[in-house]
Amino acid sequence: MAMTITEKILAKAAGKKEVKPGENIWLNVDTLMTHDVCGPPTFQIWQREFGEQAKIWDKEKLVVFPDHYIFTGDKHANRNVSLLQQFATQHNLPNYYDVGTERYKGVCHIALAEEGFNLPGTVLFGTDSHTCTSGAFGLFSTGVGNTDAAFILGTGKIWEKVPESMKFTFHGQMPKYLTAKDLILQILGDITTDGATYRAMEFDGEAVFSLSMNERMTLTNMAIEAGGMNGIIAADEVTQEYVKRRTNRSFEIFTSDPAAKYHSKYEYNVAQMEPVVAKPHSPDNRDTVRNVAGSKITKGYIGSCTGGKISDFKMACEILLNKTVKVPTFVVPGSTEVAALLETETYKGISLKEILLKAGCSLTKSSCAACLGGPADTIGRSVDHDIVVSTTNRNFPGRMGSKKSEVYLASAYTVAASAVNGVITDPRDFL
Amino acid sequence: MKNRIEGKAYVLGDNIDTDQIIPAEHLVYSLSDEEESKKYGQFALSSVPLEQAGLPDGGIPFIKGDNHLSEFSIMIGGSNFGCGSSREHAPFALQKAGVKIVIAESYARIFYRNAVDGGFVIPYECTGKLKQEICTGDLLEIDVDRNILKNNTSGKEYHLKPLGDVLPIVEAGGIFEYARKTGMIES
Repeated sequence: MAMTITEKILAKAAGKKEVKPGENIWLNVDTLMTHDVCGPPTFQIWQREFGEQAKIWDKEKLVVFPDHYIFTGDKHANRNVSLLQQFATQHNLPNYYDVGTERYKGVCHIALAEEGFNLPGTVLFGTDSHTCTSGAFGLFSTGVGNTDAAFILGTGKIWEKVPESMKFTFHGQMPKYLTAKDLILQILGDITTDGATYRAMEFDGEAVFSLSMNERMTLTNMAIEAGGMNGIIAADEVTQEYVKRRTNRSFEIFTSDPAAKYHSKYEYNVAQMEPVVAKPHSPDNRDTVRNVAGSKITKGYIGSCTGGKISDFKMACEILLNKTVKVPTFVVPGSTEVAALLETETYKGISLKEILLKAGCSLTKSSCAACLGGPADTIGRSVDHDIVVSTTNRNFPGRMGSKKSEVYLASAYTVAASAVNGVITDPRDFL
Repeated sequence: MKNRIEGKAYVLGDNIDTDQIIPAEHLVYSLSDEEESKKYGQFALSSVPLEQAGLPDGGIPFIKGDNHLSEFSIMIGGSNFGCGSSREHAPFALQKAGVKIVIAESYARIFYRNAVDGGFVIPYECTGKLKQEICTGDLLEIDVDRNILKNNTSGKEYHLKPLGDVLPIVEAGGIFEYARKTGMIES
């Protein structure tokens, strides 16, 4: 039977020759990821349910990144990080990346890639909805809650309903001004926030395979914003080169059969696409940047698992070189590795860090930070009637802090151009 | 699982996301400490814009003042209920506030799984747009065996979609209870 890449990977993890959409199957999990918000309750449920005999099914397969509420005085948030530390020490966890040490990484989805846990052909679950990001490496990855994670922690298994797949093919050569963020916001506008509920979103086409791994991760990252179970891009030479540079762990490459069945197929020609935003208050509230150009903003924000990668800061710097921002603009590297790269990577001979600081941006430490609001003292958190233009993933009411604030989601190009003008600006004016 | 559940309706619109159900700044409280976890009830649905809270008229807070329990125990939602983050704190917050059942046109996958696998609330799907038929405060009665919803305020009856594949997990009270019952893990 012809199968999609998602079906093939799930069949392998279920120990079956083939699986069909709608079928409930039990999967053997290759990697479980958790962080400071969901780790402590996950470990608590695991202890409660498995009791004195509770055993972690495979310590090598558990990865823990504190990343959400790190640089805060909030005592409850700090307690969660302490609980992770205690658990990691007690169980001698090999893959714990502690705050305040050289191992500290930052945002889990970027860290998973950098630390070599995104292995093509495997099944990865995480206690975070943006776990779908890892699918950029040709693996099945999806988010679960604490109870499901605790079940995996003790058994290495979880049930899942095989999803139908939707295919999004991008033809043509990417124009300079177009980014993966524009592609995924375009899709969201077309299919809406529940257009892919319980389905796999498969990305294909020469434009997709021309993207760097960082940009591919932006595409799969926002599959959840359409309700998708997973986002996936088949692994190619670019993927293998990235993975081999990061790890010696083994992996297997799967691709969709030409005759595989899809729920639906969407085709785009990137040459005809233009920069877009998602207007307040939903990621599917798409409009062209051109149409909303001139709209007032009070803040710019470049960061998060979606838009805090080195590729995003490179784009921002192309626009910010020798310019100054007119609104407070916050720059949050997605990981400590990205933060280090800001000092060594250059644009026109000047380090990205210098370009950002000279432009007047506020550079902060790596974490999820204000993408999801966070504790009251989180840097960059929206206040009162703020209007933020941001490279993040969600603009629901109250998402970045204040319930009265508004958030425009956009690419790093669009955020940088808008920050320079103090109003929403089409990046083509600068590029 | 009780086979008959009664309560007052609280009606919401489409795309009620997890940030509206329980804002991220509150995710720091313990879920296991009995006293501290009441905070989740207290802040349940606290980010729903007031004009959209308690339809059709709106302006009805789900939680009054500093309470952690709501007078409403049956949630009526539109499409894509629980979209957004994976936070299990969302169905947990509804349960802590006293919600027993959510009836929506459709759900986001992770919220649905969390509600079922954690045994927090029963996520029923309705046919048609119940949010336009039912008013916040209506007295509802659900016959779980027959999948029938009765609105005792209007006298109307509605069929709910059967729980299907997840029924055994809902009946067991969650994924761990289900796994013990079926011998997947030791009891």
